[in-house]
Amino acid sequence: MTNENNIKNALLSAQNISVTLGNRLILNDVSISVGAGDLKVLIGPSGAGKSTFLQCINQLIPTDSGSIYLEGERINMANNASLCHLRQNVGMIFQDFNLFDHLTAVENISLALRKVRNLSKEDANDRARKELNRVGLANRAGLYPAQLSGGQKQRVAIARALAMDPKVLLLDEPTSALDPELVGEVLAVINDLAAHGMPMIMATHQMDFVRSLATEVLFMESGSIIEQDKPHVLLASTSKSRTLDFCSKLNNLRQVAEHSPEITCTANSNT
Amino acid sequence: MQTIITILENMPYILMGSFITLYLVIGALFIGFIIGLPLAIGQVYGSRITRLAISLYVWFFRGVPILLLLFLFYFGIFNLISINLDVATVSCIVLGLASSAYQSQIFRGSIQSIPYGQLKAGRALGMTDSQSIRSIILPQALRLSIPGWSNEYSILLKDSALCFALGAPDIMARTHFVASRTYEYLPLYITAAFLYFLITLAGVRLLRYLERRFAIAGYTLSA
Repeated sequence: MTNENNIKNALLSAQNISVTLGNRLILNDVSISVGAGDLKVLIGPSGAGKSTFLQCINQLIPTDSGSIYLEGERINMANNASLCHLRQNVGMIFQDFNLFDHLTAVENISLALRKVRNLSKEDANDRARKELNRVGLANRAGLYPAQLSGGQKQRVAIARALAMDPKVLLLDEPTSALDPELVGEVLAVINDLAAHGMPMIMATHQMDFVRSLATEVLFMESGSIIEQDKPHVLLASTSKSRTLDFCSKLNNLRQVAEHSPEITCTANSNT
Repeated sequence: MQTIITILENMPYILMGSFITLYLVIGALFIGFIIGLPLAIGQVYGSRITRLAISLYVWFFRGVPILLLLFLFYFGIFNLISINLDVATVSCIVLGLASSAYQSQIFRGSIQSIPYGQLKAGRALGMTDSQSIRSIILPQALRLSIPGWSNEYSILLKDSALCFALGAPDIMARTHFVASRTYEYLPLYITAAFLYFLITLAGVRLLRYLERRFAIAGYTLSA
């Protein structure tokens, strides 16, 4: 009963998702719901299934079992129109940006507005410029992805997702592929979105960010969610949670990195 | 002296042959493109059966000598189904079919070199696969295909000389005809070789220009 209420009240809900690849169980009966103003964070070691889980939520990866609900309506995953409807309403940010290399920043954003929303070229470009402005890149509109820095690329990717007016945003380690000095500009944009109440599900290891903004932390390991609670509970220094253990390891790694610059790269990527 | 006069006298006749040669090459490249591109898309994104059918097609046209294909279609298949087309058109179609097999593999390679994440990003924005392929994958893949295409152009140009065997009045056939009448074999064949050389150069230069013209700013594959 509580579960049903959860689904009804949530903007987006993924229930009992399982995925097998070959005979390996990648995701084992995982569920998540987001409502207005939620920022749910997935953490866990690499290979835990965070990225797979996120891509199952908008069905970029097909699931073996489980269901997705958008505003209480169950999505028919066998129906292409229904999938497109789901994806239009759920924005996605990828770890490696996935910008369209042959289009300028503004065209990257306007493409889907024209193809999916059927906006005219001028309207789509106007909207795209507004979104670029919002992520602080108004003066980069005419540049191609190869001419942008990693942080700028990720901000264009965020603008591209926002232009579709998503109800929920999925972010798959949006800062992991960035040089350390570029992480801040992307987090600032995400901060701003959170402040405006954009519901998000995010895989990240930026623990300061998690502590201050997450409404719930889900710790994943080997395809299952093994801990799930508010960040101040899981990350309390007295807590015996697996999450705290994992995060203190991340912290140690960072301290080691600060003392030996040559291994900075290892510590910051994909940890 | 006599040699130069012979060559000059027959030059207009041989040069007329270069129109036939160009017709064969441009026509075959066009047919090859129209058939080859869908084949490549089918081979990358199609179902198992589609992929199998396309590999059989490619295997056949790449596995049989062009000369044999020309005879097979001109004296065999077109004869059997009583389609009467002139030699140049038949040659053009056959070269085009053979080229489609080669071109499909050029396009397949470049389609597969576009990161899969971009197709995912298109899907994640709510675009259908056919929209994503048309407006994201193909514009990039076709740019990457130009170098391979310039290879195909120069090979096809020289393969077109085989149509001489069917009697298509191209550069090769006309040169041979004049040479066997005037016995000026060496200078005439050198002239013909020079013509082929010039046409190759012009085409390759044009494609190189297109490659630069459509290059994406700041984008190199190695970056």
